Amino acid sequence: MDNIYLTIILAPLIGAIIAGFFGGTIGRKGAHWVTSTGVGISTLLSLFVLKRFMFDGEAVFNGPVYTWMVSDGLNMEVGFLVDQLTAVMISVVTFVSFCVHIYTIGYMADDEHNWPKTSLAGRNSYQRFFSYISLFTFSMLMLVMSNNFMQLFFGWEAVGLVSYLLIGFWSVRPTAIFANLKAFLVNRVGDFGFILGIAAIAMYTNSLDYAEVFAKAPGLADTQIHILGDTGWSLMSVIGILLFIGAMGKSAQVPLHVWLPDSMEGPTPISALIHAATMVTAGIFMVARMSPLYELSETALSFVLVIGATTAFFTGLIGIVQNDIKRVVAYSTLSQLGYMMVALGASAYAAGIFHLMTHAFFKALLFLAAGSVIIGMHHDQDIRNMGGIRKYMPITYWTSLVGSLALIGFPGFSGFFSKDAIIEAVHHSSIAGSGYAYVLVVAGVFVTALYSFRMFFLVFHGEGPRDEHAKAHLHETPKVVTVPLVLLAIPSVFLGYLTIGPMLFGDWFKGVLHVLPEHDTLGAIGEGFHGAGGFILHGMMGLPFYLAMGGLLVAWYVYMKNPAIAEKVKTTLLPLYQLLDRKYWFDEIYQAVFAGGSRGLGKFLWLAGDRGLIDGLAVNGSAHTVGWLAAVVRHVQTGYLYHYAIAMILGLLLLLTWFVFV
Amino acid sequence: MIALSDYLILGAILFAISVAGIFINRKNVIVLLMCVELMLLAVNINFVAFSHFLGDSAGQVFVFFILTVAAAEAAIGLAILVVLFRSKRTINVEDMDVLKG
Amino acid sequence: MTLEKLIFYVLAAVVILSATMVVSRRNPVHSALFLILAFVACSGIWLLAEAEFLAIVLVLVYVGAVMVLFLFVLMMLDIDIAVLRAGFIKLLPLGIIMAIAMAAELILIVGPENFGLQEYAAPARHAADYSNTEEIGSVLYTVYMYPFEIAAVILLVAIIAAIGLTMRKRPGAKYLDPASQVVVKRDERVRLVSMDAEKG
Repeated sequence: MDNIYLTIILAPLIGAIIAGFFGGTIGRKGAHWVTSTGVGISTLLSLFVLKRFMFDGEAVFNGPVYTWMVSDGLNMEVGFLVDQLTAVMISVVTFVSFCVHIYTIGYMADDEHNWPKTSLAGRNSYQRFFSYISLFTFSMLMLVMSNNFMQLFFGWEAVGLVSYLLIGFWSVRPTAIFANLKAFLVNRVGDFGFILGIAAIAMYTNSLDYAEVFAKAPGLADTQIHILGDTGWSLMSVIGILLFIGAMGKSAQVPLHVWLPDSMEGPTPISALIHAATMVTAGIFMVARMSPLYELSETALSFVLVIGATTAFFTGLIGIVQNDIKRVVAYSTLSQLGYMMVALGASAYAAGIFHLMTHAFFKALLFLAAGSVIIGMHHDQDIRNMGGIRKYMPITYWTSLVGSLALIGFPGFSGFFSKDAIIEAVHHSSIAGSGYAYVLVVAGVFVTALYSFRMFFLVFHGEGPRDEHAKAHLHETPKVVTVPLVLLAIPSVFLGYLTIGPMLFGDWFKGVLHVLPEHDTLGAIGEGFHGAGGFILHGMMGLPFYLAMGGLLVAWYVYMKNPAIAEKVKTTLLPLYQLLDRKYWFDEIYQAVFAGGSRGLGKFLWLAGDRGLIDGLAVNGSAHTVGWLAAVVRHVQTGYLYHYAIAMILGLLLLLTWFVFV
Repeated sequence: MIALSDYLILGAILFAISVAGIFINRKNVIVLLMCVELMLLAVNINFVAFSHFLGDSAGQVFVFFILTVAAAEAAIGLAILVVLFRSKRTINVEDMDVLKG
Repeated sequence: MTLEKLIFYVLAAVVILSATMVVSRRNPVHSALFLILAFVACSGIWLLAEAEFLAIVLVLVYVGAVMVLFLFVLMMLDIDIAVLRAGFIKLLPLGIIMAIAMAAELILIVGPENFGLQEYAAPARHAADYSNTEEIGSVLYTVYMYPFEIAAVILLVAIIAAIGLTMRKRPGAKYLDPASQVVVKRDERVRLVSMDAEKG
């Protein structure tokens, strides 16, 4: 089996290498063929692996492939852990990635218009883009298939690197450069916590291997460590929170979420692939994978729960006032990531992964649909300029509708199952913060419906595009764009219905995700679960369903029926509007505190440390001292030979005197 | 019999005289050079005396080398003096202060 | 007092007196001549110490070569003695004090109580057929072979340095260059001129 796993990982890498290094030689066609083929092979093999796990009872594979180094008893190796969780993840990653590859062929077809004629970076940018997304697929697969923390960290950083490269792909745009720098820096904060967490694990278990660490973890559950002063900290809480800080950076949780909306500066395919479906879910995956550790610390779980709920609700609110089509979807992604985190915090790891999976499909679909609209609108992204696109782009319209319904959790669509399961899980959870989280996630359902359908109505319904020129050129996008939309729409509808039983309430994740009996919220729901159909009926009676429908109706009424209300609400609640429009002033605060603070610190160190202490005191100071001393001492050097001779003779005399009398 | 101390005292006196010579003839380079020769002579007397009293010919060999080096030194010193006189028209030590700091 | 001792004291007195003269004479030429006297007396003392070879070398090399060089340079240079003597009287007391102090200290160290006959007995005289030259030679060419060679090189360097320092090109002097005389060609010396025959 490990040959299959190696092929899954290496096929995208080979594609990336060929497209990256020989892009000029093989040309555009060669580049998209070689990378799409590589990812296609991975996709087929991943689905094959998933099928073996599903129907053939494939055994879990856990073994090293290559030992990188052994240092002080610490094994650092490349190894695979392929179980049901990995099988789900690689299938999602490769499938979405494959769709995005095909979509990119259409989206980037006239990329040369985005570059100045003289730009060197613009040469072969098409091939470069394909190389990057294939490289991303490889990195993400390394991340999810690893069986040890070192490889996890490698994948973690590699996806971060590719994300950086892709956000700043149009490197001639200052905003793109700003955005990728921001993403990189904010992720550094998270990664710092992450690597500290890994270091703590390596320190206390002396191992980087998942299986070994998980085996040793229960023995360390009661360990207290002293960080500062005498206050004892539970080791598991510290490790859990440190690792989660990494997840906060990667999965854009409040307050490290600021990079994700800005990352929409990158091309839309990567917004779909990296910043919606896969990379940002790495944090979710990591926490689920570490479930044996998190289960040992309720503090860490509460932390996850509260941060997730906060993200889920408050970033959703921002989505209501955004006007950039991609930013609306980006804030919706933030909100949904918050939902996944809430599931993890409530120990419903399976629900988190389930939502991750369904979300990957419908969010990628929404992004790609948004990209399709953007192509149609000739790269105008402002939804106020759109409207009535439905009749020009029917496929995009219908697939968007599917995506939006899935997103708001309309009964029967895949998002419904995963989101309802999360809300129910929080409801059953009893750890600290679960009440707060329940209120926020339920309110979040209304917000989700509101912003989703606000965008949907503004884009597809109502009066046609304002710009007559744009209207004249509006038409459905080519097949390479629409086929992935349809491909993604299918699982967005059916996937939840088909998989909720085994994934959430069956034994699919048995032995993979560890849940303590007292935390087993999904088990509590499972007692009342009698098939997906019953779940739908039950959901239609619950509060979330009415909230979602309410949100949908409010969106329709406010933005379609009576647009004056929107303006009126805006003026009456101006402070609130501004609060949302400025995104709670996170960017401004970070700019002032961290950027300004480090600039101030730098200026202080420059003036006081460098110019004052080093230049002034150490360098020039010592030079001045030497110069002053020399100016004094030089008077001794008369230059007259006999002075030196007399000095010598006197010295000799003194020496003799000392010799004789002492 | 002549004692070793007699030779050594002779050498000491000779050395002291030449030191005084350097001191009081501080302006005349050529006399300074002669004083240096006298100093070397004082040292050589010591070497010869020790060689004689200890029955070791190494002392005499050393004197031989000192003579060689002293001859070389005198030749070069005088050559420098000649060049100096040619360029400065004087051998007054007080006029040689280019090393002044 | 034996004859040997008498000779030693007389020679020592000559050495000290002439050394005093060397440092105190007005005229450097006189100083040089007194230095020669000091060397000669000293070589007598070395003869008493049975260092015959060195005594002869001292006279030959120092008196015969080095001191002659001194005199030669002295007389070649046009030295203003008056300027050079300035400050002589002023420094004289200080110099004498210093000389006495140094001599006293040195004598305290090397005096009879440390290096007297009790401490170092006079060695026995060598036989009449003993050759000091032979003994030095046998050591010099075996044990001190390399230092001897180095000394030779030092002398060579001194020769070259002295010549190199003092040599100078005189602009007005006329030389013959034998090399250019030998390699000269006919064309450089003879110019053939064709002339029309004179008319008339």
